[in-house]
Amino acid sequence: MYTCVVINEKDSVATVTSPVKAGEDIRYRIKGNDFCIKACTDIPLYHKAALKDIKKGEVIYKYGCKIGYALKDIKAGEHVHTSNLDSKMI
Amino acid sequence: MKFKGFRRPDGRVGIRNHVLVLPCSLCASETARFIASQVPGAVYIPNQGGCALSAADLELTYRVLSGFAANPNVYGTVVVANTCENVQPDELIRRIKEKTNKPVEKVVIRDAGGTIKAAELGVKYASQMSRDASCVEKEDADITELILATECGGSDPTSGLAANPTLGEVSDKIVSLGGTSILSETSELVGTEDILAPRCVNDEVAEKLLGIIKDNEDYFERLGESLRDGNPSAGNKEGGLTTLEEKSLGCIHKAGYSPITEVYAYGEMVDKKGLVVMDTPGQDIASIAAMVAGGAQVVIFTTGRGTPTGNGIVPVIKITGNSETASLMEDNIDYDASGIISGEKTIEETGTELFDILMQVVNGRQSKAESLGFNDMSMARKCNFC
Repeated sequence: MYTCVVINEKDSVATVTSPVKAGEDIRYRIKGNDFCIKACTDIPLYHKAALKDIKKGEVIYKYGCKIGYALKDIKAGEHVHTSNLDSKMI
Repeated sequence: MKFKGFRRPDGRVGIRNHVLVLPCSLCASETARFIASQVPGAVYIPNQGGCALSAADLELTYRVLSGFAANPNVYGTVVVANTCENVQPDELIRRIKEKTNKPVEKVVIRDAGGTIKAAELGVKYASQMSRDASCVEKEDADITELILATECGGSDPTSGLAANPTLGEVSDKIVSLGGTSILSETSELVGTEDILAPRCVNDEVAEKLLGIIKDNEDYFERLGESLRDGNPSAGNKEGGLTTLEEKSLGCIHKAGYSPITEVYAYGEMVDKKGLVVMDTPGQDIASIAAMVAGGAQVVIFTTGRGTPTGNGIVPVIKITGNSETASLMEDNIDYDASGIISGEKTIEETGTELFDILMQVVNGRQSKAESLGFNDMSMARKCNFC
């Protein structure tokens, strides 16, 4: 079963729909195609996971739109929240 | 795409055929209710204002009340006044006639000799209108004549993930077919300026959009409040929202990805096609009232926690992405979009299913709030009562 929702194919983050532990699979689909990445941190319910490696300073997308900038390098499968995402580039 | 509707003499098309009993003020509201309760098919609007208003609020009230009378779901209107309120019946009728040539009658409680004699006159007018309304046959109308109002309330994490993206699909579909969809709730647009301004069809519309967002923020700042500080709240962050852009996007995504063709003041008549924005507060009922005054024939309302709300003039369709809410509030929720959360459905699939429900309601099927006879009413104000 899928464990996260990707709203727009351009998105670099997905929202998990059940709590995910580090090392567990995060399964999702985009336009009918199934994908899977491994969580590298715990991700609480309805929090975001990076779908790909994101470099410090890169724009982070959700809803196909910019929701902010990466404050540090982020790995695919990592929890994305206040420690590594902000509206402003710092 | 076509739907069946009631063609009005002003050319617009309603999906319901109500006689409206419209009180000028709070003081006339109970008499208006008394009149409407005697006439099957008549609806009344509870009016909590109409008197002791600042000049700006008086103007706003005239705009909204005349907009209700002009809404295409209304066959005709009986205006009910006490005698001395700020909203004067002759001025209200003049403004209604500026917007529409549909039937309108006037009852003044004092002039009639009190509530019972006013009710006698009001019932006479309203029942005649009800008989006349029953003679109007439905005819084919093009979906380009449909105005959809979008609204969200009682949001939770599923709103931005499932319910709002589902409504976004429907809104985009209405727009792609040549119809109109209204995005409202200016306070929810704060933080999305850089996203929404480039989506406006020209600089003039973008300036209007940025103007209503700034005016709204300035208004709260004058009162010592900030819409930006502490937003997203600690609770929002605990729930997984990180930035203000993300929070606001979850809300505005119910309007999909279409370009913004116009920006309207609270309750102003909507005359452009496509996706438009209306300047309304985040209070659901007051926001819906403005869009109904603007001419929307139907509302789709997304919710996380659930809400019973309904409107007397237009059907309100309720959808949620929270499966628990869908089950706990089955009496109130028309569509369960939680298949997105469970992974059983895609946003495209739930969008298609919701669009089908919308068209059924447009063609006459009652929404749940409608079948319960719900008629919530609230109107925005700039100032306190004088």
